Amino acid sequence: MKLQKNTMLALYSVLEFAARPGEHVSAGEVAARHGESAHHLAKVLSELVRAGIVESVRGVGGGYRFTGNPRRLTMLDVIQLFEPLGEDRHGAADAVDRALGEVLDEIDQTAAATFGSITISTLLQMVRRAAEKK
Amino acid sequence: MTVTARGKTPTTAPRRAAKTSASAKAAPSAKAGKEAKSATARTAPAAPAVPRVRSVRAGDLPAVIALDATVTGLHKADYWQRVYRRYGVAGQGLRHFLVAVRGDARDAEVCGFVIGEVRDWEFGSPPCGWVFAIDVDPHCRLGGVGTALLAGMRERFRRVGVDRLRTMLARDNTLLLSFFRSQGMTAGRLIPLEIDISDEAPAPAASSATAAQELR
Repeated sequence: MKLQKNTMLALYSVLEFAARPGEHVSAGEVAARHGESAHHLAKVLSELVRAGIVESVRGVGGGYRFTGNPRRLTMLDVIQLFEPLGEDRHGAADAVDRALGEVLDEIDQTAAATFGSITISTLLQMVRRAAEKK
Repeated sequence: MTVTARGKTPTTAPRRAAKTSASAKAAPSAKAGKEAKSATARTAPAAPAVPRVRSVRAGDLPAVIALDATVTGLHKADYWQRVYRRYGVAGQGLRHFLVAVRGDARDAEVCGFVIGEVRDWEFGSPPCGWVFAIDVDPHCRLGGVGTALLAGMRERFRRVGVDRLRTMLARDNTLLLSFFRSQGMTAGRLIPLEIDISDEAPAPAASSATAAQELR
């Protein structure tokens, strides 16, 4: 399974902001960490602002701050802002397409359930555990 | 029996302060309330007390039944009596029915429960601990009750030499899936499969009807 570039950037950003609650983090800092241009990242961040997950503060000492609830916001909530998970395969006329569609739907549903069950708080725990293992 | 819980807090909503049943019942006087308010305004709100986890007792059943009814919308007293006999009275060792309680011993209140058992060699799997029901009073959520219950179950399973814990949930049970994920659980080696057999079912014989009755 592969997520689109903007979706991955959004997840990186949300994790970055959620790991530093109350702190204003600049887009430039996040962009540099992930080898992306601040201009490109700004488009992703504006979507997160619109969704109420982060807020932007202008001026000196400004930046972005996490405003979501890390114990309730899930990976799925973030992913769906940037890309649909799965596609509508209903109404396929061909029997082979319908059968293949059933299999692909099953995979999509499992993926959605997995992303929907992992909160940002849990993902941060996983990041910490992964760092300890290194 | 299924693992049950419903509802989902909005993703960006501020977390509501947990109110325990105990605090709702033992409301302080107006004056005492004012004093308490001014005192708490200067300090951070006190974290809810960590619940105690212990084996279920007969006296806990009404609270368990009420809690289940709150969450599922179904009042199943007979069913819970059967579960109590099997996992409470005849439990311990391989079967466990635990409750989380808050408050002192005299007026402790049940704020959650968990039920599980050790199952061995199902589908070739070595003995493992199964959690098949867990519920937390909706007013006590995000207060560590579920974590304490699961920790109690893990400890009891470890005591009998079990090194793996399993559960099974509906895909759309986001709240409980998130809870188990937060406890470090991930997708396991086994994949559940199912099929709708309602079209194939023969007319129930008398014994089958009795069995069907028992399932209700």
